[in-house]
Amino acid sequence: MGKKPSLEELEILRWDLRRDCVDIIMAGGGGHIGGDMSVIDALAVLYARHLDIAPEAADDPDRDRFVLSKGHAMEAYYAVLCRRGFLDLADVKARFSRFGSPYIGHPNNKLAGIEANSGSLGHGLPVSVGMALAAKMDGRSYRVYTMLGDGELAEGSVWEGFMAGSNFGLDNLCAMVDRNYLQISGSTEDVMAQDPLADRIASFGWKVLAADGHDLAAIDRALDEAASVKGKPCAIILNTIKGSGSSVMENKASWHHHLPTAQEYEQIIADLSAHRKAALNA
Amino acid sequence: MPRNTIPNRQAICDALAAAAQHDRDIVVLCSDSRGSASLTAFFDAYPAQSVEVGIAEQNLVSIAAGLASCGKKAWAASPASFVSTRSYEQAKIDCSYSNANVKIIGISGGVSYGALGMSHHSAQDIAAMSAIPNMRVYLPSDRHQTRDLVKALLADEKPAYLRVGRNPVEDIYAEDGCPFEMGKAVWHGEAGSDIAIVATGEMVFPALLARKLLREQGISACVLDMYCVKPLDEDAVVRAASAAKAVLSVEEHAPYGGLGSRVAQVVGERCPRLLRTLSLPDAPVVTGTSAEVFACYGLDGAGIAASARELLERAGA
Repeated sequence: MGKKPSLEELEILRWDLRRDCVDIIMAGGGGHIGGDMSVIDALAVLYARHLDIAPEAADDPDRDRFVLSKGHAMEAYYAVLCRRGFLDLADVKARFSRFGSPYIGHPNNKLAGIEANSGSLGHGLPVSVGMALAAKMDGRSYRVYTMLGDGELAEGSVWEGFMAGSNFGLDNLCAMVDRNYLQISGSTEDVMAQDPLADRIASFGWKVLAADGHDLAAIDRALDEAASVKGKPCAIILNTIKGSGSSVMENKASWHHHLPTAQEYEQIIADLSAHRKAALNA
Repeated sequence: MPRNTIPNRQAICDALAAAAQHDRDIVVLCSDSRGSASLTAFFDAYPAQSVEVGIAEQNLVSIAAGLASCGKKAWAASPASFVSTRSYEQAKIDCSYSNANVKIIGISGGVSYGALGMSHHSAQDIAAMSAIPNMRVYLPSDRHQTRDLVKALLADEKPAYLRVGRNPVEDIYAEDGCPFEMGKAVWHGEAGSDIAIVATGEMVFPALLARKLLREQGISACVLDMYCVKPLDEDAVVRAASAAKAVLSVEEHAPYGGLGSRVAQVVGERCPRLLRTLSLPDAPVVTGTSAEVFACYGLDGAGIAASARELLERAGA
């Protein structure tokens, strides 16, 4: 891996990534904007400072793997993959959600940098278990990361994955949970309670960490700590805010999938610009 | 000839074990099904290439897909009734959509678990798996063909579903010189017979018995061993059907979406002929031994021959 971007650089980049993400959604006529915004800081830190990957070595068998299990956060993922050099932002914006486009609303592994298809929830963790198991079998040192949504945890197959991850002692596996407490119908705790989440995952034999999912340094520390855990896989519960970045959409379940109006867009961009400016002056 | 005592599932294990000696990327996964799948010997011989996931068919197929995406040749074995539908979405998304090199082995297919009831019958697996794009479907007829099919599947990197039964079936082919070409039906008899019988999996042997019975009654029949249900060897169907007075398909499957449906599509589109599709019923299958169940629904040699005669009478032959 080349020189890692510093956390200071990421403090500015995070707002640019949000803007790219919102612009992709506007260009395509819709997207899962709320979950994009809650997960984007963690993806930024992961891709900038932890994943050992490179667009010019996308097939390297020793590369780290990432699987976006909550596949609907695809617009955030596009923004990150573009910044990391796997995809071209102008091309994504020009073709996202268009007829016959490869840039669809969920991960498409025909695109550079995307390891596995998802979209239906509850697949990413078990697939990641297989990837991590392959590394163990081959004596390779790559690590496998996946990002789950908290609403997704109601899928039973997720818990099959948790069960297998510890059973196989996969300390090269890290599952991040985007804990924004909202899903399309409302609060996760009203729809299908997930708390006490950390205890549940720990009871499946995992090391469990928690971090403020919008505190870049905290995410960075958690990912470092996860990589140091031996003998068992590690989960990081990222406490996040759905729609993070603009008061227009923060903590609003109705923004799970939404196309901002022109007025909303203007406000979002103004909010993101203000955040960016504050980061520059910090 | 002594009755064969080696089931097709054992032939899969033997073929995989033989290949695994030279190929460390072959990985076999089971869901507490290694005994049922006759894979205990593989697990014992190659523990580093064996994965037990417990009774969790969704995990089985997803983990196989993850392994495959990292270069493994993953073979996931579980009873056909469970793996074809309980983990259907994993087959669709993680294997087919992601194009993972996963071979899903449905063991104890059809009514192998005859007395265990509908939960253990897989009469929908051909339909379910065939409906997934990029998923191939194979039902080998005997142990030698099974062996050759496994060898062929080891040589490609695409997903496939393979269904075998639980019980030993009679040898149809010789150990040496099994006539196998990937994707091509095996002909028994010639085009130009009175009736063309298209059968798959364990129905091939009774279809051949029927052919013999019909011959004794002065009726000529050719039998196509259509182990490749998807992609179907359409040209063989057309060649056999075009030269026959009627077409009969035979399968250990529900009447919808299986071999008969595909044969009917091809015959209807390319060479219309009087056709009948013999299958299990669109109802919970009666419980009993496989032989009893087959006899009940006319899927044994005598039943297939009787259906063939009726069909030819309707054809005015």
